[in-house]
Amino acid sequence: MTKPIRFFLILLLAATSTLIAQSDDSLKIKSSYFEVNDFVEDNEACLKCHGEEKYLIEDPNSGRSITNHMCPDRTIDRDAFYSSVHKAFSCTDCHSYDFMTFPHPLEVRFEEHFMCLDCHGYDESFAQYHFEDIEMEFQKSIHNMEDFSCWKCHDPHSYKAFMRNAEDLTEAILYDNNMCLKCHANFSRFTLLTDREEINVVKSHEWLPNQTAHFKSVRCIECHTAISDSILIPHQIMPKADAVKRCTECHSRDSRLMHTLYKFQSKEERKGGFVNGVIMTDYFVIGANKSPFLDKLSFLILAGTLLGIAFHTFLRIRNKKTK
Amino acid sequence: MATHRIYLYPIWIRIWHIINAITFLLLVFTGIALHYATTGTGLIKFETAVNLHNICALLLTFNYGFFVIGNIISGNGKYYKGWKKDMTDNLWTQAKFYISGMFKKESHPFAINKERKFNPLQKISYVAVMYICMPLIIISGLGLMFPETIIGQIFKVSGLALTDFLHQIMAFVLLIFLLVHLYTCTLGDKPGTLFKSMINGYHEEHE
Repeated sequence: MTKPIRFFLILLLAATSTLIAQSDDSLKIKSSYFEVNDFVEDNEACLKCHGEEKYLIEDPNSGRSITNHMCPDRTIDRDAFYSSVHKAFSCTDCHSYDFMTFPHPLEVRFEEHFMCLDCHGYDESFAQYHFEDIEMEFQKSIHNMEDFSCWKCHDPHSYKAFMRNAEDLTEAILYDNNMCLKCHANFSRFTLLTDREEINVVKSHEWLPNQTAHFKSVRCIECHTAISDSILIPHQIMPKADAVKRCTECHSRDSRLMHTLYKFQSKEERKGGFVNGVIMTDYFVIGANKSPFLDKLSFLILAGTLLGIAFHTFLRIRNKKTK
Repeated sequence: MATHRIYLYPIWIRIWHIINAITFLLLVFTGIALHYATTGTGLIKFETAVNLHNICALLLTFNYGFFVIGNIISGNGKYYKGWKKDMTDNLWTQAKFYISGMFKKESHPFAINKERKFNPLQKISYVAVMYICMPLIIISGLGLMFPETIIGQIFKVSGLALTDFLHQIMAFVLLIFLLVHLYTCTLGDKPGTLFKSMINGYHEEHE
């Protein structure tokens, strides 16, 4: 191979490598992020490490560098963040500017996190979400323990108001249940907050018939929270002993689901004349869903049949007597 | 008066029939309990009703398979076949007998014998029940037992809801059939004659 050709090939390879690298970098920051956030580039100061599975530390004095894995608890998914309820935020809206120093100083790691009420409480613009009522329910909840905060369930970097805007109920239920399972199906996380023995969710719900169907069709909180009058999603998690275990709490005309999962939708009129008809878009709950019209019609047909039989019997008896 | 006896109900049909009757009655009872479940105390606990319903449903399903296979092997299926052009006339003749003929002491228009086990009305209703309603209630019931097999949504209505309605409608049709079936079984020579036939296998008629 002649020198000019070799030089050209090396140049082409280098150019291709650069292009690939550039295209990889640009893939991480999507144009859609800029549509919802004015601080995308500023946030990259944090996300260049916290938005990656691994990060690079360089020592300028020795010139050495090392690549480490980012702890999953400290990793932020860009897509999830820029589509979450806090998508317009800059990292430093909530976190100290001191985090801009690397390695992060020890003191800032102990910074007090904002809680929901710190921003959303007693504010007319958030009144519809009833954050104050949520806080009151949480105070009565079994989750009200040391080190437990809103963020244990609602990651502020990815939280979506899924249930409120649910178009796909199945997806919303999955999203909601994963919040619980994040700790209740991950013992190492669970032990951060309690000394209780490990819970096996599948085993502890063995009594539940069609377990998979139940897990897919309802949220954990349907049975594990006290019904709330004011808020969309109840937050008073009850002790295990008080969890709903009676089937007819849901499988009956006065189904509990109408006060929990279908609470807001149930304010709509009956769908197609069916009792608790709103459930029937995605599911069907035996005992809770029925059509009063079909019930009445079947009673009429049944009564007509029995009357016909009674009349025929009467004719037979009369005929026998006149024989 | 001499009694004419024909052996029409072999032992396998009688076993199938009694299992079908018991499981069906239990299914009707538990099905109604589930449909009208309340938070208060009902006739049976919800979970007991579910378990009993499921067990009886599986028994009924296997028993149905036994019936279909038995019909093919034994030749009993021939009684459900053979639809002639004069079927409508025959149905009306039989209906007229039940409405007025039997009160005028007319003889049965379609005498029961080895070649003809059912009168036209029995034949059409048994075919509808055993080859239309039963498969539909079994398939929809199995769908409800294994809900993950059912299509999620059809025209913005849950596939589960549609399956359940089909199941309930078929159950109701079968319940009405059961009532009429039980009543027509009292129309033998004596009210208990036909019931006895299903115990000893012999169809009895006074000549």
